Amino acid sequence: MMLDSLYQEIILDHYKHPHGRGLRDPYDGEAHHVNPTCGDEITVRVAADFSDISYDGLGCSISQASASVLHELLVGRTSAEIAGIHEAFVELMQGRGQGEPDEDVLGDAVAFAGVARFPARVKCALLPWMAFKDAAARAGVDVGASPEVKA
Amino acid sequence: MTFDVARVRADFPILSREINGHPLVYLDSANTSQKPRQVLDAMRVHNERHNGNVSRSVHTLGTEATSAYEEARAKIAAFINAGTPDEIVFTKNSTEALNLIAHSAGQMLALKPGDEIVISEMEHHSNIVPWQLLCERTGATLRWFGITDDGRLDESGIADLINERTRLVSVVHMSNTLGTINDVSGIIARAHDVGALVALDCSQSVPHLPVDVRGLGADFIAFTGHKMLGPTGIGVLWGRFDLLAKMPPFLGGGSMIETVTMGGTTYAAPPARFEAGTPPIAEAIGLGAAVDYLTGLGMAEIHQHEQDITAYALKTLIDVPGVRIFGPTTPEGRGGTVSFAVDGVHPHDVGQILDALGVEVRVGHHCAKPTCARFGVPAMTRASFYLYTTTDEIDALAQGLDQVKKVFG
Ligand SMILES: Cc1ncc(COP(=O)(O)O)c(C=O)c1O
Repeated sequence: MMLDSLYQEIILDHYKHPHGRGLRDPYDGEAHHVNPTCGDEITVRVAADFSDISYDGLGCSISQASASVLHELLVGRTSAEIAGIHEAFVELMQGRGQGEPDEDVLGDAVAFAGVARFPARVKCALLPWMAFKDAAARAGVDVGASPEVKA
Repeated sequence: MTFDVARVRADFPILSREINGHPLVYLDSANTSQKPRQVLDAMRVHNERHNGNVSRSVHTLGTEATSAYEEARAKIAAFINAGTPDEIVFTKNSTEALNLIAHSAGQMLALKPGDEIVISEMEHHSNIVPWQLLCERTGATLRWFGITDDGRLDESGIADLINERTRLVSVVHMSNTLGTINDVSGIIARAHDVGALVALDCSQSVPHLPVDVRGLGADFIAFTGHKMLGPTGIGVLWGRFDLLAKMPPFLGGGSMIETVTMGGTTYAAPPARFEAGTPPIAEAIGLGAAVDYLTGLGMAEIHQHEQDITAYALKTLIDVPGVRIFGPTTPEGRGGTVSFAVDGVHPHDVGQILDALGVEVRVGHHCAKPTCARFGVPAMTRASFYLYTTTDEIDALAQGLDQVKKVFG
């Protein structure tokens, strides 16, 4: 069933056992994003040196798992590495399921390749990543150009 | 005669579709209904044989189109027992009808700071935002009926809420999330006692139960064609003629004038005053055909069928462990729209898994964020029924929910 590509075991694992969830101090930038069509919300806090990225939110398995994966992938990286991973993730989400994700760059986030085949859910997966980018900008760190979110 | 749902279903071509390898189980009629062949045919025949612009041509096609358009108006007037077809204003949808009331009735009332408008926490955004905008423009105050824990309008504070400062009350007749059918008689009586006007958002009631505007006693109602077997792009404002006649126009343009000079314009009588520009002609004719279809089956019979389905659905859903229903849990005073939560699973995920099984439900905030907030959730899953819904489809929903729990168990 098509669904298996959406609800990969890795995604369900991150959803049921989220990594790094909960808002923590100290932080240098914070952003709150809402998906106006479904009402999902997320708040992301970023330390300028990326020693911590914390988050809390209400949302579906895809948006919540995506935040957990983001935390796991990005904490402790340099801003250049983060920009690369961020771009690869956004590209994967906008690839309509065509792209071949690079596991070395994306780690667990490759499990989201299937989400790209469900246009209605791409926004869910991107929600934490967009909030993260805003929070990083408010912390004074630029992690790449703002992508057009098409969904 | 019992309601022959199989015969009804045969009129709806889309119902024979498959979704993701499963028979379509369409449980999203509160969002938009499906259309029977009779409606699709009426629109096709109009476009193939009678297309012309209305109210401005002497030629045969224009005359045919005009009479079909006006015939549709008369059918809709009869459907809701309006006093005259001139009380039926065609709009784009409910949203436009409600904005029209807020704009034109708001202007007629010459609202100012100190005046009050009353709505409720149970409203669709289209019966909230136009009033917020009106209050912003005029300085009037917006006040709200709350919702009780079992999903009914909380009328306990009505004497304070509707008072001598109240100029207009606008509430939903049947909730698009909770399914509650509001007994609006007390609200209308109280509003009229203090000299306030009453508008009802009938987007969910007119499609599903007999509505008699003269019996109801409201001043305005709004409803939308695509939720009652008609096409998108057509909606209705009904208003008491004496009020419509006093109201200034909403949009300006062709067809709504009496005369135009470089010095100024005078306006046509209702309903033309409120129908600026070329209207959705084929859509109005389609809505007329939808009303014929509904009348042919009988609104009381359709409502009874939905009551039976709703009773079955409530019983079925209550038996599914982990399912919590928002709104009334018995069929009394409610219609065939049931919103619920599945313990520990976000509505998006519920909807996605049901879709994989061909079961189409709506998930999200249903354009009623205050209602969701009232029940402490950002979103709900909603199954909604219509004249073509069967108990087998309710069973498919219940089986789908078992699958949801398996994936997220
Ligand atoms: C109660 C209610 N009011 C208003 C509307 C708005 O209808 P439309 O989008 O057709 O204007 C809807 C439908 O979404 C509704 O359910």
